Amino acid sequence: MPLDVEKIRRDFPILGRAVRGKPLVYLDNAATTQKPRQVVELLAHFYGLHNANIHRGVHTLSGEATKLVDRARGKIARFINAPKPQTIVFTRNTTEAINLVARAWGERCLKAGDEILLTDIEHHSNLVPWQMLAQRAGAKLCFVESEPDGTLSAETARRHFTARTRIFAFTALSNALGSVSPVGPLAALAREYGALSLVDGAQWVPHRPTDVQALGCDFLAFSAHKMFGPTGVGVLYGREDLLEAMDPFLGGGDMISEVWLDRATYNELPYKFEAGTPDIGGIIAFGAAVDYLAAIGFEDIGRHERLLSERLLDILRCEAEVAVYGPRRIEDRGGVVSFNVGDVHPHDVGQIFDAEGVAIRVGHHCCQPLMRKLNIPGTARASVYAYNTLPELEAFAKALRKAKEFFRVTSAR
Amino acid sequence: MTLEGDAELQDLYRDVLIDYFRSTAHKGVAEPANLRGRGANPICGDEVELTAAVEDGRLSKVRFSGHGCVISQASSAMMAEALEGKTLEEARKLAGAFKAFMLEGAPAAALPEELDEVRSLDGVRRFPVRIKCSLLAWNVLIQALEERQS
Repeated sequence: MPLDVEKIRRDFPILGRAVRGKPLVYLDNAATTQKPRQVVELLAHFYGLHNANIHRGVHTLSGEATKLVDRARGKIARFINAPKPQTIVFTRNTTEAINLVARAWGERCLKAGDEILLTDIEHHSNLVPWQMLAQRAGAKLCFVESEPDGTLSAETARRHFTARTRIFAFTALSNALGSVSPVGPLAALAREYGALSLVDGAQWVPHRPTDVQALGCDFLAFSAHKMFGPTGVGVLYGREDLLEAMDPFLGGGDMISEVWLDRATYNELPYKFEAGTPDIGGIIAFGAAVDYLAAIGFEDIGRHERLLSERLLDILRCEAEVAVYGPRRIEDRGGVVSFNVGDVHPHDVGQIFDAEGVAIRVGHHCCQPLMRKLNIPGTARASVYAYNTLPELEAFAKALRKAKEFFRVTSAR
Repeated sequence: MTLEGDAELQDLYRDVLIDYFRSTAHKGVAEPANLRGRGANPICGDEVELTAAVEDGRLSKVRFSGHGCVISQASSAMMAEALEGKTLEEARKLAGAFKAFMLEGAPAAALPEELDEVRSLDGVRRFPVRIKCSLLAWNVLIQALEERQS
């Protein structure tokens, strides 16, 4: 059944607004998505009628808030088929989730000379925490090079595993190139070599059905705000035995069991990793976001995004002097398309798009090593979601032609 | 005056800016150089490297290299052009005047005549996220001058 996009759009008031005198065309979904009414209303409803701090409260409101957070945790666990709700740890975002593992697992388990395996297409958030860890632990950073089309291959990855590889951290879907990784085979490879796998799912979980048990990954990190949820909430899924064995990440309230002046024992999962008051309202609203996504269904979302991505690629490939990055085959792509217009700097391209009401992202997309490898300062990037339409892509096409005209990009130059 | 859409764009990317962006007159590296600076805008990845020859207290040759958008490259080119022949103290004053123009809303008319062309960056002030692009080269200059002094 085709997606009822008009029905979905009615839930997003922002999509009806104008930008610089033109109807907004929002194609920056890989950075953050818009939020449906249902999520915003639940946030307001929580603060309006149930607000209290969670845990340890004997009063009714505190009990209600605790129950709502528990319920959201359960929803999110089911959403990714995590075996138990306590394997879902709430963080601020994907970045914090990865840092949590780099600290809490890395500092306890990594020894000098051990190897951390990454890839050359990672977002800075799945690179810098490991650099910091490697420096502290005296560990070595190793990198799987991406294929020429920006995808990752299990065969290439295999060559980089050694007896000292302790963890393989990789993106499931590149935020810069849109390439989709073979997550299951890559996780299996790590298992084969006795290493752990951490999947950066920030661009994957919002767009594809996720089953952590079927994927066989040890850790999965993602963010609420890229999947209709509020900013300020991220998730770390971790295998229960690994989380149990790890030291806490941050110290403070909620994460303790007993505290003396000179020492403390730590709380059970997942609270051991959730020091301090979390984003209670945000977590509850995130529950509404996954409900919203589940109600639409990933089969329809996937089909719709593919239709949009194909059209985007058509538009870009038909224009002379436009370079498109990432996989050629649509099967290897998510709804993220990176491009450049002649030798025009991506920021200038983005400015023309903005004047047409079209929101795209420009720059290095937090992937400076990848940009260096491609020998470009950055790209312009369009990314779609369930509420985008084909007519919106015609506005994108118009903005593209305008950018070429404005900066006099012709094949003659 | 409120501009919308195309008029606003034309105002941002005035022809003179595009000309400076395309110009190679001050691109490259000054050799030998006794004033050097380097800066990057971590948010957008723009990079500017400034090299200049100082003779008898005056900037005799000023060059910049690196990469960036029309605004940052045009601003670098206009700066290099304006600086040649100036004393270090004059250069410092021009940098101050430029920052006052971009950041504090000083009127274009208040810019010294050496920065005549810089007035074409007026339209950038309407796009707050682009102001930093125009400042990069000038910040590199200020830092280079400070380092030279110390």
